[in-house]
Amino acid sequence: MGVPLTPPEPAVDLSGDPRRHRRERAMGLVLRGAALASLLVSALIVGSLAANAAGFVAEVDWGRVLANDAWNPRQGRFSISTLVVGSLVITGVAMVVAAPLGLGAAVYLSEYARPRVRAVLKPVLEVLAGIPSVVLGVFALNWIAPEVVGTLFGEREGRTGSMLAAGIGVGILTIPLMASVSEDAMRAVPSALRQASAALGARRATTTLRVVLPAAVSGIVAAFVLATSRAIGETMVVFIAGGAADSATFTANPLDGSLTMTAAMASLATGTDGVRADALAVPALYFVGIVLFALTLGLNLVADRFVRRVRRTY
Amino acid sequence: MALTTISSSTGAVRGSVERALRGARVDVRGRLFEAALLACLLLSMLVLGVLLHTVVTDGMPVYTERGWEFLDGALSSSASRAGISQGIVGSFWIAAGVVVLAVPVGVGAAIYLEEYAPRNRLTAFIELNVRNLAGVPSVVYGLLGLAIFVEALGGFSGQSDVDRRTLAAAAATLAVLVLPIVVITTAEAIRAVPRSLREGAYGVGATRWEVVRTQVLPYAAPGILTGCLLSIARAVGEAAPLIVVGAVTGFLSRGAGLSVSNVVDPGHLTERFVALPTIVSHWAKLPEEEFKVANSSAAILAMLAFVLLVNTLAIVLRNRVERKRST
Repeated sequence: MGVPLTPPEPAVDLSGDPRRHRRERAMGLVLRGAALASLLVSALIVGSLAANAAGFVAEVDWGRVLANDAWNPRQGRFSISTLVVGSLVITGVAMVVAAPLGLGAAVYLSEYARPRVRAVLKPVLEVLAGIPSVVLGVFALNWIAPEVVGTLFGEREGRTGSMLAAGIGVGILTIPLMASVSEDAMRAVPSALRQASAALGARRATTTLRVVLPAAVSGIVAAFVLATSRAIGETMVVFIAGGAADSATFTANPLDGSLTMTAAMASLATGTDGVRADALAVPALYFVGIVLFALTLGLNLVADRFVRRVRRTY
Repeated sequence: MALTTISSSTGAVRGSVERALRGARVDVRGRLFEAALLACLLLSMLVLGVLLHTVVTDGMPVYTERGWEFLDGALSSSASRAGISQGIVGSFWIAAGVVVLAVPVGVGAAIYLEEYAPRNRLTAFIELNVRNLAGVPSVVYGLLGLAIFVEALGGFSGQSDVDRRTLAAAAATLAVLVLPIVVITTAEAIRAVPRSLREGAYGVGATRWEVVRTQVLPYAAPGILTGCLLSIARAVGEAAPLIVVGAVTGFLSRGAGLSVSNVVDPGHLTERFVALPTIVSHWAKLPEEEFKVANSSAAILAMLAFVLLVNTLAIVLRNRVERKRST
């Protein structure tokens, strides 16, 4: 469109306005650059983690890292197993809360709820998904710890945060993720399967348990893995309500306070601009970061596999 | 879904057949199963209710007693004088950073992946990479920000190590954090654009970019806007990466006050910073009850008011467009 810049030599010029072609090429390049930016971000993450963690790996006393005593970087104690066990306990508690509640909510929304009920309940669940994790952290410290953990296990346990209180908080945070991914998987099951089951005389509960859930199983596994990965990576709830400040002794008891990998990173970073701590404190931050990154990347890749399998089947 | 359509059209018939076949017995186990499922859903929502109720009862007294002074005040070591205006300023610029940095790059990347990219291995790899970036823990993005935006880029400014931990570095970090969310939601919105619109435009001789600009983007706009709103809400609520990048804990001397000229002053970008979520986490960890319960809940109320408003807007917008298009 528009008048060609140069008068056309052949009888009919079908090449059009050169400005359009130039703009077309330019936009193609700009958009391609934007897409490549995501690769750059990944490269920078891996690069900066590896470069900064390298000093730690080279200089630290590995006996300290592999010991099962305590995580206290300011005293040069770097027991990584303390943090990994902390992460496992909290993730375990979180999944005990999130898996049944999230899956149950998803089954109800997908198989039982009438469209009008669903139109109300689904957005409420999405609001829950939008609540920032600091808010859950304060809630876990000020309400879950005294009212739930304190009531169940005695006053003393509920006074400050604990891994149990933080784990429940993280679990609440991951319910919406668990629910929405597994609901998507169940809604992707063709209704012909449900109709066939009903036509054979199966009750709705039987149809759900024997037909829909088996057909959606890979999506449900994906939901579980994604929620686990999210729980391992959750920082603020544990930082606020985990019951430990900036050091933790090795423990696997959920009623104790401890640190996860993420909370240890946050508390290490909190103090870095004050007193110069152990020279390895900041490199240790990156080292924990790279362990965490590798763990969640692995889980996410597994989940991705399962999600894609759902798409391929139906 | 299909079952409900059957039952709604021939509900009475189906009911009588069902009763006849079952000898009119009530399906007890089926009912119990349904009740258990509903209980799961309602329990999740009950938690939301209790959470909101606790935050409001803990935080509201601060507003009834101090009102505007709390919003307008500066950080302080005295609980009765401490205010959150510096946090509001920080969160404002972080949201602005997301809009300026993450939205254009994210939308551009999504357009490329959906409309331009050849179906080859590189494209598949970029897509996988974006999905994985969305799953990287937020605290790891903080390390990225610390290493790149503070240590590497901050070196050019010639400031001391601590002074490089600026609001600009924080905003850039969170823009990177929400980038994959913008890409994924935009790509989804673009995928929902009917093929016929594109084919019609190509048919009258439009170039690829003209098709995108005149057909794809207008149709996908509500979906893209939803994604952008969700990522702004996410960035404003995110605390962990800011702590790692180096949010101030405790005292910050400058930048208090909620006058428009102070809030929008770009001078904040090169200074050290706090944001609403980092104030919340700092206060929640203090031993004094007034900070730990009342003040932190009041700061949460300010943050939640914004985050929930933006999220609700996004959900309503998406549902409305979905309903309109499905009919």
